[in-house]
Amino acid sequence: MKRKGLVALVGAAALSLVASLVTTTSATAAVNCDPYAGYKMMKGKTVTIFTSILEPELTTLNTAMADFQSCTGIKIKIEGSNQFEALLPVRVKGGNAPDLAWIPQPGLLAKLVDTGKVIPAPKAVVANVDKYWSKSWKAYGTVKGKFYAAPFGSNMKSLVWYSPKQFKTNGYEVPSTWEQMTALADKMAAKGQTAFCGGIGSGGATGWPATDWVEQMVLREYGSDVYNGWVNHSVKFSDPKIVAAMEKVAGWMQNPKWVGNVKGIATTSFQDAGKGIPTGKCMMLQQASFYGNIIADTGATIAPTGDAFAFYLPATNSKVTVPVVGGGEFTAAFSARPEVQAVQAYLSSATFATSRVQLDHWISANSGVPLAAYKDPVDKLAATYLANPKSTFGFDASDLMPAAVGAGAEWKEFTAWFGEGKSIADVVKAIDAAWPKS
Amino acid sequence: MASSALKLQTQSIIEKGESGMSGFLTTNVPKFTSAFSAIAIFFIVLGLLFTIAGRANGKKARPIALIIFLGPALVLLLAGVVIPGVRTILFSFMNPDSNGWVGLANYQWMLEDPNVKIIMINTILWILVVPLFTAALGLLLAVMLDRIKHESIPKSLLFMPMAISFVGASIIFKFVYEYNEPGDVQIGLLSAVVKFFGLTPSDWMLSKPLNTFLLMIIYVWTQMGFGMVILSAAIKGVPADIVEASALDGASGWRLFRNITFPMVKGTFIVVLATGVVGALKVFDIVRTMTGGNFSTNVLANEMYSQTFVQFDQGKGSALAVVLFALVAPILIYNIRSLRKERTH
Repeated sequence: MKRKGLVALVGAAALSLVASLVTTTSATAAVNCDPYAGYKMMKGKTVTIFTSILEPELTTLNTAMADFQSCTGIKIKIEGSNQFEALLPVRVKGGNAPDLAWIPQPGLLAKLVDTGKVIPAPKAVVANVDKYWSKSWKAYGTVKGKFYAAPFGSNMKSLVWYSPKQFKTNGYEVPSTWEQMTALADKMAAKGQTAFCGGIGSGGATGWPATDWVEQMVLREYGSDVYNGWVNHSVKFSDPKIVAAMEKVAGWMQNPKWVGNVKGIATTSFQDAGKGIPTGKCMMLQQASFYGNIIADTGATIAPTGDAFAFYLPATNSKVTVPVVGGGEFTAAFSARPEVQAVQAYLSSATFATSRVQLDHWISANSGVPLAAYKDPVDKLAATYLANPKSTFGFDASDLMPAAVGAGAEWKEFTAWFGEGKSIADVVKAIDAAWPKS
Repeated sequence: MASSALKLQTQSIIEKGESGMSGFLTTNVPKFTSAFSAIAIFFIVLGLLFTIAGRANGKKARPIALIIFLGPALVLLLAGVVIPGVRTILFSFMNPDSNGWVGLANYQWMLEDPNVKIIMINTILWILVVPLFTAALGLLLAVMLDRIKHESIPKSLLFMPMAISFVGASIIFKFVYEYNEPGDVQIGLLSAVVKFFGLTPSDWMLSKPLNTFLLMIIYVWTQMGFGMVILSAAIKGVPADIVEASALDGASGWRLFRNITFPMVKGTFIVVLATGVVGALKVFDIVRTMTGGNFSTNVLANEMYSQTFVQFDQGKGSALAVVLFALVAPILIYNIRSLRKERTH
C-alpha cells in the first residue's frame, strides 16, 4: 500500500514537471514595426551588451528596446556591473568580450582599441552619426583617425538636485550665482540642516563623483583652454591652477559645516547620497542629469514644485560663460556579426533615442530627437543646456584622460582625499605619477 | 499605460523565447548535445589510456604507467603554472605593455611608492596575525570539542562558514560593519553592540588600522573550521594509553595540553599555520569587496590585480606577483622538506 502511494506520488510529480514545460502563451501584442522596416529579420539571434548602468535604468532600457526586439527577432541581453571599467578589459583580453559595450570613457575606449579587438563602426552607424551628431561628439568615439563608437546617451553634469517642497517650507530661494549658493548653504547650516549631500561610493568606481566636482570647478574657474590642457596633461594635476580648484572644492564639499561627516562621503554610495533630498535629510546634491532615475525610484515626484528638481550649478568666474560639464556613453562593438551591426545601427538611430527619451531620465545629443519628446522637466532643462551654443562645454575630463588615470588612479586618490584626509599635494603627486608614459 | 503594458507583455514573450515545449527543446538540445559529447569524449580518452596502461607488462609497465598517469598533470602544470610563472617574472622587468625592457624600474617603484609601503605593512600584518589566530582558534575549538557529547553538531556548524566564498562572507560582514550617522538607527551588528555598551560607533571601514583587523576577522571566521577539523583529527591521533598514563601521573587540563597533547599535534599545527600564511598572502576577494583596497586596507594580491587590470600596467603587476611568490616560496620549501622527512621515517 505504501509502495503504491510512493509510485503515485512520483508519477504525479513527473507529470507536473512535464506539464510545467508546456507553457502556452499567446502573442497578442500589436507592435508597430514600421520604424524597423529597414532591419532584416534575424530570429533567434542574441546580442549581448555589457554596461556600467545598473537597475532601475536597465529595466527602462529593455522596455525602450522591446519593439525592436520583437520586430526583428533579435534578443538583446544587457548585463550591468559596477565593476565595469575593471571587468571589460579583462573580458576583452581574455577572449570573452561582450558583443557591445556602452563605454562612458573615451580614454578606456582608446585603451581597448589598442588591444585590436574593437571593430570599427559599420557604414550604417557612420551615416547615422554624421547625420545626427556634431563633429565633437563623433570625435569622442574616434581613436587615431578611425571611428569606432557611436554616442549612446549623454548627460549633463552641472546640476544641483534639491527639493522644491523643502525649499518652500524653509523659505529658501534657488540660487543663481555661486555666492548666493554659498550664502544659502550657510543659512541651512545655521538651521542645523545638512546643506550638501555627498557620496562617492560606487563599487569598483568609487571616487568618480569627486572627479566631477573638481571638473566643474576647473571648467568654471579657467575655461576650455586650461580644461583641455588638463585633459591632455599639458596642464598637470600639480599645476597651481588645478590645485587651487581642488582647494575650492575642499572648501565646498569637504566643509564640515555644510556636509556634516566629511569622511563618511567616501563610504556613502552615490545612490544613497541623494535619497535624503525629498525628506530634507540633506538639501542639495551636485550630480548629473541621470540621477533622476535614482531619485524617482524613491517615489519622489520630479517637478519644479515637486519632491525633487534640479538647478544649474552656478558659474564662479564671469569670464567663463555658462560652463557645462557633460558626459556620455559610446557603443563599442567587439563583433562584426550582422545582428550585432543591426543593433549598433538601431542604437545610433533617432528612433531608439526618441523611444528611450520618452521613458524619462535620459538625454541624447542625437539631433533627431525633438526637444518636445522630453517630458521630464530635468531632462528638458539639461537638454536645453547641452544644446545651448553659447555654453562652454567640457566633456567629463576623467573620462577623456587615459584609463589608468581617469578610471584608476584619480578615483583611488580622490577617495583617499575624502576618506582618509590625504593632502591635496600628495593626491596630485600620486595622480601625476600614474599618468602613462608614452 | 496600455501600450507600455503591451510592450512589457511582448518583452516577456521575447524573454521566454518561442513558447512551449518546442522552445525548450530548440534552445537546449544543442547545449545537451555538446555537454554529452564532451563527457563521452572524456570517458573514451580515459578508457583508452587505462587500456594501454593495463596492457603494458614487465619492464615497460612502470615507465608507461608514469607517463600515462603523471603526463597530463605535468602538461597542465607546465602550461598553467610554470610557463606563465616564467612569463610573469620576465614581464616584471618590462614596461606596462610588455614590449620593452625597463630593468629594475618596477621594483624601484615598489620601494619608493607610498601606497606600496602601506600595502607591504598590511600584507605583513595579515601574515603575522591571521595564521596564528586561525590555527590557535582551530586548536582551541578542537580541544574543547574533543569527546563531548554529539561533537559532530557543533563541529559541523563551525565548519559551515568554509562553504561560503570570501565574497559571500564579505557581503555578510558588510552588514555587520555597517555604520549609520549617530542620529540614525544602527543596522550594523558591530555598531549596535558598541552603542549598547554606551560607546559611539565609528565608521568602521574608515578607521585605520582597525579596518584591516576587521577584515582579518572575516578571513578567520571563514577558515577556522578548517584548522579545527584537521587539528581535531590530529588530537584524536594521540594514543589513548599515553593520555591515560599521564592522567595516572596527575596531569590534567592545561598541563596535559601543554606537555602531552600539543607536542604530539605540533606537526599538524605547523601545517595549519603554513596553510594560513599562504591563504593570508592570497587575500584578494575580502579586500576588494569590502573596501576596494581604499582606506589603507590594500594588500599585495589586490594591488597586483589593480595594477594589471585597472592601471593596465603589466610590468608593475608582475613585479608585485613576483614578490608575492617570493614570500610564499619559503613556506612551500618548508612544506616539501617536512613531507620528505615524514616519508623517510
